Amino acid sequence: MNFILKMAWRDSRASRRRLVLFSLSIVLGIAALTGIGSLGENLRRTVELQTKSLLGSDLAVTSRKPFDEAAMKYFRSVGGEISSEVALTTQLYFTKRPGERKLVQAVAMEGGFPFYGDAVTVPAGALAHLGDGHSAVLEETLFVQYDVQVGDEVRLGAGTFKVVGMLKKIPGDAAIVALFSPRVYVSSAGLAGTGLLKKDGFSRHRLHFKLPPATDAEALAKAMKEKFKNARVQFDTVEERKRQLGTTLKDIYSFLSLIGFVALFLGAVGVASAVHVYIRQKIATVAVLRCLGASGRTGFAIYLVQGIGLGVLGSLLGAALGVAVQFVLPAVLKDFLPFEVELFISWVSLAKGAAAGLVICVLFTLLPLLAVRRVSPLVALRSALGETTRLDPLTPVVYLAIALAVLGFAILQTGHWQTGLGFTLMMGLGFGLLGGMAKLVTWAAKRFVPRKPLTYVVRQGLANLHRPNNRTVLLLLSLGLGTFLMINLVLVRATILDKIMGVGAGARPNLMFFDVQDDQFPRLEKILRENGTPILVSAPIVTMRIESLKGHPVAELLKDETKVMSRTAGSAPGGPGGGGGAQLRMGSAREAAREARDSGRIPAWTLTREYRSSYRGELDETEKISSGEWIGRAVAGEARVPISVEEGLAKDLQVALGDEIVFDVQGVPVRTYVASLRAVEWQRMQHNFFVLFPEGVLESAPKTFAAAARAATPADSARAQQAVARELPGISAIDLALILQTFDGIFSKVAFVVTFMAGFTVLTGVVVLAGAILTGRFQRIRETVLLRTLGATRRQLMQIQLVEYAVLGVLATVTGGGLAVLGNALLAKFVFKTAVALPVPALLGSMAAAVVVTLVTGLLANRGVADHPPLEVLRQET
Amino acid sequence: MLKVERLTKTYRSAGTALTVLREVSFAIAPGATVAIVGPSGSGKTTLLGLCAGLDRPTSGTVSIAGEAIGGMDEDARALVRNAHVGFVFQNFQLIPTLTALENVLVPVELAGDSSRETEARELLARVGLGQRCDHYPVQLSGGEQQRVALARAFMNRPKILFCDEPTGNLDGDTAAAMVELIFGLNRERGTTLVLVTHDLELARKCQRIIRLKGGAVLSDELT
Repeated sequence: MNFILKMAWRDSRASRRRLVLFSLSIVLGIAALTGIGSLGENLRRTVELQTKSLLGSDLAVTSRKPFDEAAMKYFRSVGGEISSEVALTTQLYFTKRPGERKLVQAVAMEGGFPFYGDAVTVPAGALAHLGDGHSAVLEETLFVQYDVQVGDEVRLGAGTFKVVGMLKKIPGDAAIVALFSPRVYVSSAGLAGTGLLKKDGFSRHRLHFKLPPATDAEALAKAMKEKFKNARVQFDTVEERKRQLGTTLKDIYSFLSLIGFVALFLGAVGVASAVHVYIRQKIATVAVLRCLGASGRTGFAIYLVQGIGLGVLGSLLGAALGVAVQFVLPAVLKDFLPFEVELFISWVSLAKGAAAGLVICVLFTLLPLLAVRRVSPLVALRSALGETTRLDPLTPVVYLAIALAVLGFAILQTGHWQTGLGFTLMMGLGFGLLGGMAKLVTWAAKRFVPRKPLTYVVRQGLANLHRPNNRTVLLLLSLGLGTFLMINLVLVRATILDKIMGVGAGARPNLMFFDVQDDQFPRLEKILRENGTPILVSAPIVTMRIESLKGHPVAELLKDETKVMSRTAGSAPGGPGGGGGAQLRMGSAREAAREARDSGRIPAWTLTREYRSSYRGELDETEKISSGEWIGRAVAGEARVPISVEEGLAKDLQVALGDEIVFDVQGVPVRTYVASLRAVEWQRMQHNFFVLFPEGVLESAPKTFAAAARAATPADSARAQQAVARELPGISAIDLALILQTFDGIFSKVAFVVTFMAGFTVLTGVVVLAGAILTGRFQRIRETVLLRTLGATRRQLMQIQLVEYAVLGVLATVTGGGLAVLGNALLAKFVFKTAVALPVPALLGSMAAAVVVTLVTGLLANRGVADHPPLEVLRQET
Repeated sequence: MLKVERLTKTYRSAGTALTVLREVSFAIAPGATVAIVGPSGSGKTTLLGLCAGLDRPTSGTVSIAGEAIGGMDEDARALVRNAHVGFVFQNFQLIPTLTALENVLVPVELAGDSSRETEARELLARVGLGQRCDHYPVQLSGGEQQRVALARAFMNRPKILFCDEPTGNLDGDTAAAMVELIFGLNRERGTTLVLVTHDLELARKCQRIIRLKGGAVLSDELT
């Protein structure tokens, strides 16, 4: 053992700089992993430390309607302290900026909330000065976006308020909520004075509880859920909030750490290719050692020690860089988090990231190292005998170990075995395709390169692809995988952007109106037409509830806990049918739905919620029939109405084609059956519905309308909104352009984080590329010198390299680009569940950039080779 | 010391079999000096490799110091080499990343003995390189490198020393000095010497010459 360590150290003397260069390949990957791991640990710890300030109270109870006296009596009987809050969504007008408005949440608070954590305002304590009914505290984003100053006047409905402070932070909601609809705090009297409460159907009533010390909030919430299970009431405890937050954080964490892992994987490929070349140069040394009596294991162990040393060095450097990353990421992510991240170095995460890096690095190093075991001592006599073509039986074992390590890590990071398996299979496919392509190129270069009419330099360059010691396989693998991963990131970014930004593009509506009464619709149409923003789409909305499902009354189903999962009762996601706004199915509702599906039960909210359904003769462009038949018109006199159900809801309700659902349409039972299931693109901000009826059934039911128009310019939009607000004050308007701006703001932050982390992968790719080419330089330096000695000009030598790198660069890029397109398509279909975006210019640009980077790096790395005096080169150990 | 019986070696290449050694047999007594000579392609180096246990014969047997090495696996043969065999190669085959002293120490350190640095220095001094112990191969001339290789070959006190064209890469004067050293050390330490060479003058310095041609023994005679 002593000899092995000593020999490993001594043997590394002449190559230490190169070994450090090899280890750099994995530094960035490990830095990304440890940085993200530590951040995850920091977030978890911070959540633990600041749990109570997440909610600001022990328990929050929310309803769409004011709590009646009986309920209040019950709540008061619980003991402790109660703080009440009423909020509604409305437009805020800025007196000093006429014509400008912003969709906000007007909030009136009474009592001592927040009971835990602090509301931070500028000036401090501004929330305490709302009592006069004419003061307001605005959230910071409004100050920034609309240049609001303390002392300015703003208007909510009929109420005018003086801004007395800026709200920077308040326990309860994440700052991201403020990006969609910032909060404006007024007193209860102030909110009443706006006149909005009476006519608005979207107010939210919330009670915050500070419970007596011995009370179990979870148990109490459970008891309350049971008591109010038929009411639309939502309960929130600190534990529940922690679960929701944990899910969100885990999603961010999983995504980022997979990017980090990709960087590590790429780095490991770089290490393997560099070690492969390094080992080839060590074969003579191994052969001598074997002549002198070293066993195969001893030779292998010497270079394994070097490989481990390389991994340890890379891991340590990576972990150190990871600590720096850890300090950068929270600053970028802070808008997503409802609290300040308290930074500390997570040694456990650092150790985990570094260990993962070390394991991956050593496994990849094993591949080229296996050859050392089989070096014959005869090589010391005849170097030509060094090659052995038989497959080493341990090679498949090492590949299997790598695959298992990658799979295990991917599952660990994503938390889902399917995603982990998909990631591993895609990597394997990439590996296999590029390896196969390399073999094909080698074979073709040997067989099909004609002597004429190609010039000598072209033939020599092409011959380099197949000659002994060629780097075709290694360069294609490292270049191809690098290109694949980098272009994939470009495409995924485009797909996600497209998913979000596709809304409002082209001729799609960008201005939406809700709560349009039957008799108001013609007037709305006229006003909008006159203002140059004609209605493009409109949809009638009829409210209804499910009365019975497949013959079982809902009340009966709700009692059966084997069929219905009640944990989520009342915590329905803000429904897409609820006015037809955008729906992002995420967070706790998604988790709850998944949990309910996993347990084979129906989530209770799907049975108790109020459905805002529509009827029409044709499908919209955002929906597609996935099974069954779309029936656009009901046949008069038929007992059952054919309806179309959104496929996600159908899964939750456990209904299939032909199943019967009876709806209570404002007191009238309507028997329906599921005639078709629809896939709906909820993320497109259009009117979408869980349940669609055919024409000829609901026309006579009390209904409202939602309408969508398109304004060509922000000025047109403002003019149309002002005209509607003046003449039809009860109608709510949402300017999608504003929401798009908000989305853009959020996405640019997400994009920054993704780009920042992807930057590690890209940099790793460049390091690996430079490493691969530099190791090639060591290999080729002798023959270059020989050619020079035989009279080759510098220009000819450069052209030879150019041909070789151009062929490898183009092939690697084409294969990598193809893989990236495939990977993006699979991710779009299975992960993001959206249409594939294929930005051809970005794709071609990235591919061209990859070829150029290959050529430039190749030529730069080989710069000066021709300047070496032949004797110097032939004598030195390369 | 070395016994070779009916040794045959056939290589398969591109689907055809090429026999480079046919039914070669001889025995060498302890302390003897033997030269193997013959034209290029006659099988000299192949024979040396088989005798030293660097390769397996297609048929026939080789015994070193009474141990039949033909049936041994590669690692067992490596142990035999470490215990009984020394090598001097035509192209020196020093490990480029080790100093002269470290190169000389490799055989004993491989056997787990790290206590013989003084002996290694003495050996280097014996070959005239006492002042060059800490130099790397690239800092030494060809003759100096071959002397380091010779010191290394004697470091594990081998029973048999195999030399493959030991003067092939050296100029006349350097080669003559090298020959002096090989035979001098061989005498001092009582080692059996097997030397492959083209150089008939060098071969005549041995007690016995085995001539090969076409993979077979053409003659085996005392000088």
